[in-house]
Amino acid sequence: MSYSAQQPRLRDPDALRRAGWALLALLVLWPLIVIAEFRPADLFDARNLAVMRGFVGQFFPPNLSGDFLGLVFKATIETLAMATAGIALAMLLAVPLGLVLTHSLSISRIGPGPDRGAGEAVRALARMALLILRGVPELVWALLLVRAFGLGPAAGVLAIGLTYGGMLGKVYSEILESGDTRPARALLESGGGRLMAFFYGLLPVAGQELASYTIYRWECAVRASVIMGFVGAGGLGQLMDQSMKMLNGGEVSTILVVFLLLVLLADALSVFLRKLLA
Amino acid sequence: MSGATFAERRAAMGFCLHCWTTLLLMAVLVWASFAYLSLDLARLFSAESGRGMLQFVMRFFPPDTSAEFLRKIGKGTLETLAISALGTLLAAGAGLLLALPAAGRLGPVLKALTRFVLNALRSVPELVWAALMVLAAGLGPFAGTLALALHTSGVLGRLFAESLENAPPEPARSLTESGAAPALAFIYGTLPAITPQLVSYSLYRWEMNIRMATVLGFVGAGGLGQMLYYELSLLHEAQASSVIIAMLVLVVFVDAASAWVRRGQMRVGG
Repeated sequence: MSYSAQQPRLRDPDALRRAGWALLALLVLWPLIVIAEFRPADLFDARNLAVMRGFVGQFFPPNLSGDFLGLVFKATIETLAMATAGIALAMLLAVPLGLVLTHSLSISRIGPGPDRGAGEAVRALARMALLILRGVPELVWALLLVRAFGLGPAAGVLAIGLTYGGMLGKVYSEILESGDTRPARALLESGGGRLMAFFYGLLPVAGQELASYTIYRWECAVRASVIMGFVGAGGLGQLMDQSMKMLNGGEVSTILVVFLLLVLLADALSVFLRKLLA
Repeated sequence: MSGATFAERRAAMGFCLHCWTTLLLMAVLVWASFAYLSLDLARLFSAESGRGMLQFVMRFFPPDTSAEFLRKIGKGTLETLAISALGTLLAAGAGLLLALPAAGRLGPVLKALTRFVLNALRSVPELVWAALMVLAAGLGPFAGTLALALHTSGVLGRLFAESLENAPPEPARSLTESGAAPALAFIYGTLPAITPQLVSYSLYRWEMNIRMATVLGFVGAGGLGQMLYYELSLLHEAQASSVIIAMLVLVVFVDAASAWVRRGQMRVGG
């Protein structure tokens, strides 16, 4: 009769396969939900709701009292100081390790010679050291250092120094190896020392990229400093942690706004500095 | 020597005044930071504090490898993986939902509003979200899942919106022009083209979220982080070092697995 009645029922050839995947996904999802204790009903538990309502209700108006703003200002300066000092320490760590790691500065690589194995071994050691420094999350370093050095920004500065030292070292060596390495190699082959090859061969070419990446990492360090405050390393983070523990919504919202402004400021500063050094 | 001005000679030497002043300014700021924090570097690295540090570090060895504690670590690792996986999954779903208005498909007003919401979600760091979620949902991995989901929705929502904006419009348009409903045209026209990119972004974020999930526990959001915080608070350094080793192993394993998957995808031509 009609065209559609004469048509055989179209079957989706992929349907069985997709159903199989869907079943597999559900089978994997179920234990995930159980292990992660995913209970959305908890969000609407009477006690939790009361706490959240009270807390979030205090967000407006944010606490703008004079002495609290003074505290926030001091904490912000402390955070910026932590990030800057941390990156400075990180560079202190990263520059020697990065230079050791760069095989464009490796004399033993230029030709067959007795020291090739030793050179490779030293580079492998440096690489492992940098891996451990970066592999441990910075917050774990901060927690350990707080236990060692007590509460306060010293732990945060060292934690940033260690973690970012690892990151900077690896990226420094990558940048130095990726540019034009012929001038450095020419200097090495004609008998110049490694430092001379670095300063006159690699640095003029790679200097801007090195500086740009370091400034980018400084901006990341500002954010990391705030987070480290949550484990006691001082700065805005510690202030926010204390205010949250006292369930003082007004203070927390002020600190959140200040944090967002700080991140924007650091971002703008980093972009400006990088353009300046171009 | 022929009448080159001072400025020309200076430029020929490659002397960049503003470069040097910037570097000097940065050096001054670095020195000021150390001074402000009253960080006496000499004292920090002195012999006696070095000995103290060494004693502190020695307390971490040997790590506790008793079967019972290893079982707890296994459970903590599974919890961390579950937090990261579920959080990323929820974020991918929410991100896709939010990407539709953020790409301008529902009008300019919603686009601006959604972009603002996505930026707000992304700018608050995961740990802060975790502390807030612990207040909302209590201690434990649920808070961690929610925190990761909220933060990652902001990140993925923005990435998905950009993919959506760059997706080719022809397939969907040809479907709508031959009479398909707009929703179906989206699902069968636009979505298949951008799905590989969406999956790739989500997997990349999952990798990063596994690292984040290990530390969210520091504010009580479950997983290996909560174990580490707990053991350190009780000064059980041996147990703490086991947890740290577990964290390192997890991160190395995830990095290796994802590198392997990426290499496989490249070979297949994905």
